[in-house]
Amino acid sequence: MILRRILIANRGEIAVRIMRTCRRLGIETVLAASAADLDSVPARLADRTVRVGPAEPGASYLDVEAVVAAAATAGADAIHPGYGFLAENPRLAAACEAAGIVFIGPSETQLAAVGDKVAAREHAVAAGLPVLPGGEARHLGAARRLAEEIGWPVLVKAVGGGGGRGMKQVHDPDELAHTIELATAEATAAFGDPRLYLERFVPSGRHVEVQLLGDGERVVHLGERDCSVQRRYQKLVEEAPAPELDETVRTGLHAAAVAFGEHLRYRGAGTAEFLVGPDGFYFLELNARIQLEHTITEEIYGVDLIAEQIAIAEGRPLRPLAATPSGHAIECRINAEDWTRDFRPSPGTVTEAEFPIGDGIRVDTHIQTGARIPPYYDSLVAKLIVRGADRADALAKLRGALARCEIRGVETNLGLYAELAEDAEFVRGGIDTAWLPRFLEEFTGAVRG
Amino acid sequence: MNLSNDDVRDILRLLDSLPFAELHLETDGFRLSLRRTADGEWTQATEVLSTSAATPDEETAPAPAAAAEAARDGLLEVRAPLLGTFYRAPRPGAEPFVEVGTVVQEDSVIGIIETMKLMNSVPAGVRGKVVEICVGNAEFAEQDAVLMLVAPEESSASDEPPGEEGTA
Repeated sequence: MILRRILIANRGEIAVRIMRTCRRLGIETVLAASAADLDSVPARLADRTVRVGPAEPGASYLDVEAVVAAAATAGADAIHPGYGFLAENPRLAAACEAAGIVFIGPSETQLAAVGDKVAAREHAVAAGLPVLPGGEARHLGAARRLAEEIGWPVLVKAVGGGGGRGMKQVHDPDELAHTIELATAEATAAFGDPRLYLERFVPSGRHVEVQLLGDGERVVHLGERDCSVQRRYQKLVEEAPAPELDETVRTGLHAAAVAFGEHLRYRGAGTAEFLVGPDGFYFLELNARIQLEHTITEEIYGVDLIAEQIAIAEGRPLRPLAATPSGHAIECRINAEDWTRDFRPSPGTVTEAEFPIGDGIRVDTHIQTGARIPPYYDSLVAKLIVRGADRADALAKLRGALARCEIRGVETNLGLYAELAEDAEFVRGGIDTAWLPRFLEEFTGAVRG
Repeated sequence: MNLSNDDVRDILRLLDSLPFAELHLETDGFRLSLRRTADGEWTQATEVLSTSAATPDEETAPAPAAAAEAARDGLLEVRAPLLGTFYRAPRPGAEPFVEVGTVVQEDSVIGIIETMKLMNSVPAGVRGKVVEICVGNAEFAEQDAVLMLVAPEESSASDEPPGEEGTA
């Protein structure tokens, strides 16, 4: 079937991003917006905006019934969930199917299979992928036995979590009981699922992920992205291809991701996340949605991943895509937070927003002069993406582009990126996830000292 | 009408051959400013203008609860360090951090403010007995809104009550 009207069940830059592709393809857009976003840039750009509920995300962007009802009322053929919110919620996929609306994403079964992180681990093992030692911890006794078996320190994770949320390190066996209690309460509140699992904690490694596209029959990869610049498991800078990565590891990651996708007969866009350590790589999770950092893959493969998602949802087989990347791309997540004050959130009104423009520079954003950044949602305000002929060229573009970004009215972390882009270790490439916390500690130490 | 990035790049190519350093373009729904920086590169500021497609309702920004005039003689104020949703307990269903009558120290946690998906604990910042809670659980608080009023402890440090209250 051909989709003619899509309801976008999301907000912010990704809503604008999806609209851009829809407009190019001649598809009408309906935005499902909360009361806080009715005058946002995506609401102004959409062909039509429907209010799905109050500002609180639980009663609007996370309300399956409200979103499906909005799509039905607006006469939408399909729902694009973006990322976050309901993007990986099997209930939305099921509700769409019941209402005769196309869900732009994997099937309900696939979402359930990878959303449950213990089930995802089992599927990964079945597909022949290496995973970290670990397993479900049904109660404290089991957790203790498991932790002794896999060795301290361990990482306590929420079965219903993912995307870096719901994880806690335990270094001391005496902390386990308290952490399990806290994590169970938090997992229940955050994910509606109290179950926990343990994995061996690997203090440093690189976070490398592989972009997949599947049509339910065939699965292809579009290379990898390195997302090792993280603070508290939240990504800040991503680049593609992964710099200074052993070629055997690179092709191994691609093959493993495709094997996992084939095992699931995956349909849609997805990302297999891996931890790359000194002795090999381990599967972490599969994100069954478009990812925030999909942009850098688009830049080096010359592909529009949202358009591919729509084509797959229309039931088309995968289209021929570039087999190899060209050039190097880097993305910085510009967040409304004061990085000099422990990344304190800074919602408010943007009084000025000026961005760089030019060859090899892309800015995905939903802010402009006068835009309000509400406190109810995450702090992402823009993504700055640069593409160069090689990594050195991309870094040079990044420095120039950062110098031409001007956001006033709210604090941002732009200054952090200007520092990173000059840092010798970052410039050399191939840093691991322990690097940014160390950099921040040294940097704030140097400023205070 | 909206310009695509490709359209803007075409405009830039044209501008590069001309002696102008700025371009301002405005249509019914759209405003674009291009500026040449000192190094010859360009910046853009775009504005999508408001259409009357949907009108925001004001329920999104409830008035800050109990503003500063509540500061009664001699009472100390605990104010919101940043705007967001105020929670009185560490998690749904749990006991509140403090109640009226609780004695707090400067570093006692009196609540949590959720801003942009981050939970920030709010220390009392003052020492004394809580006499009034001005913002209810899960209510929205503006930055600097008065969350609680605290009666200062006249007692000297030597006869403080044992510090079992507060800090969670």
